[in-house]
Amino acid sequence: MIDSYQRPPTTDPIIRVDHLKASFGTNTIFEDVSFEVFSGEIFIILGGSGCGKSTLLKHMIGLHEPVSGRVLINGIDITDAEDSEMMQLRRETGVLFQSSALFGSMTLFENIALPLQEFTNLPQEIIDLIVKMKLGMVGLEGYENHLPSELSGGMKKRAGIARAMALDPTVLFFDEPSAGLDPVTSVELDMLIKNINKGIGTTMVIVTHELESIFGIAHRIIMLDKSKKGIIAEGNPWDLKEHSIDPRVMAFFNRHVIDNKNKGM
Amino acid sequence: MSQEGFSLSCQGEKGGEATVSLSGRISINSISKILHETTLFLKESLPSKFVIDLAQVDYLDSSGALMLIQMGEKAKAKSIPFKFINMSDKTKEMIALINRDALIAEPLISEKRTSGIIERIGEESIVFCNDIKEVITFGGELVLDIMYSMLHPRSVRWGDVILYMKKAGVDGLPIIGLISFLLGLILAFMSALQLKQFGANIYVPALLSIAMVRELGPIMTAILVAGRSGSAFAAEIGTMKVNEEVDALIAMGFNPTRFLAIPKVFAAVVVVPILTLFADIFAVAGGLLIGILVLDLTIYTYIQQTIKAIDMFNVFISIIKSMVLGFFIAGIGCQRGFTVRGGAQDVGNATTSAVVAGLFLIIVVDSIFAIVLNYI
Repeated sequence: MIDSYQRPPTTDPIIRVDHLKASFGTNTIFEDVSFEVFSGEIFIILGGSGCGKSTLLKHMIGLHEPVSGRVLINGIDITDAEDSEMMQLRRETGVLFQSSALFGSMTLFENIALPLQEFTNLPQEIIDLIVKMKLGMVGLEGYENHLPSELSGGMKKRAGIARAMALDPTVLFFDEPSAGLDPVTSVELDMLIKNINKGIGTTMVIVTHELESIFGIAHRIIMLDKSKKGIIAEGNPWDLKEHSIDPRVMAFFNRHVIDNKNKGM
Repeated sequence: MSQEGFSLSCQGEKGGEATVSLSGRISINSISKILHETTLFLKESLPSKFVIDLAQVDYLDSSGALMLIQMGEKAKAKSIPFKFINMSDKTKEMIALINRDALIAEPLISEKRTSGIIERIGEESIVFCNDIKEVITFGGELVLDIMYSMLHPRSVRWGDVILYMKKAGVDGLPIIGLISFLLGLILAFMSALQLKQFGANIYVPALLSIAMVRELGPIMTAILVAGRSGSAFAAEIGTMKVNEEVDALIAMGFNPTRFLAIPKVFAAVVVVPILTLFADIFAVAGGLLIGILVLDLTIYTYIQQTIKAIDMFNVFISIIKSMVLGFFIAGIGCQRGFTVRGGAQDVGNATTSAVVAGLFLIIVVDSIFAIVLNYI
């Protein structure tokens, strides 16, 4: 799985997060978080449990309102966008949720066809073909009449990706894609993400803490930390693993327990 | 270039080689138009050879690639030689990403089955019978668990009982009070209109109090509790089933009926009679208002007439009836919750079914009481 030294394909930012602060009530999750995601790259947000990775992702897709700061996608500030601009942006982005979030009462075909029927004026036979193609891309050909409850966890994730990709978005967000999957399925999913990124050039923003995924597919990463309430590292994962001197970063990449925790135990 | 960011030019003589040059962004937003124009062009020119020039394409998404493949397929179907020219590496990669076998793959299972009317009646009957069997089984389990809880009071989660008493009782009092007050008011007003003609004003308090205590009080309260709390119990347990919380309870060695249903049933059995008494009092208050304003009765006379009409036996029966109703409403609510198997939609069905079955049981219980009391 060890890949050659990966560099981001471009350096034009498609997403810019600017001094973002998020909190639930009086509990600040993170503050002063700023970074850029370049067009066409696989960008991974990582960190231990409870550091605010998923919260950051939800801010980036506009599901949560930040306390302060901005998130710009394609130059549009989503914290302050008009409804019409937001609708347009939502069509250009796709999201895979942690639990796949497929609609349980609809078949896979209906799940994937839904955005196509609502947001495009394509004739039904083309929609049928697009759905079949998307299912083929994620290795689920023939499953169009299955209900989500008839699928395994890994298949649900893949179907979730197919739905997220239905409108050929330019940015795909993934919330813990390999959580709860076996190592083989998880590697398959990584390959799928990589192939889509390479083939279509879709920008990928992924929240994960799976080391294999991080080293296997990431062009760049940022690492969040609970105690700092912000970013503690940014860059290429191989670089960080070899050269970072921050004990928290080293602990994460080398699966150590940090010393001061040991003392406390 | 058009608004969508693509352009298309068609060249070729009729019956000769036809070339369609695409440029710009070939994406999901433009394929419909491209397909339409290309088909028109091919129809007019009837070419002997069909070529698509992709030299100027700077963006191609998967739907765009699918469209290109489809154009090729269509040409093939009409036996027209077809080829792409000037394809960039990126375009090649994109087209390679599409699994052509997937486009013609047959579904592994057929579409939703449509069955004939007789088959459907049969299916529904089986579902109905199973449903009744499940309700009876659950009822038996519940009675056994209640007996166990009576013998082992320490096994009951009394904290939960108090919580559900608050939710079903205290929180429900305002709406039950308001509705009963208005019901008393309307009932007194309507009967006053009739009885006034015969100068029988003085019987309005008796009519209202007997109607409320014997029938309307328990029924109205039960209907409101079924709507407010029976549904809530079903939704709560149903969501716990979806989240595997019920499985977790079983795996940890708990009895889910004892853990989840008993506190709710106990709470309902205690609060429904209390709510019924409140309903009676509020209804009498409503009637009192009409008595004073419309019938020119004094407060003293009205209350005295009311007390004279109510006998303690009826109040006692009303309390017993309410306890039985409380048991059935909470029981069916919990039972419906436990039947949830799938996802969100199933929870909705269970909630609806809890209310409908609850209302049905209220009427059944009330009828049984009416018949039995007739023979006592």
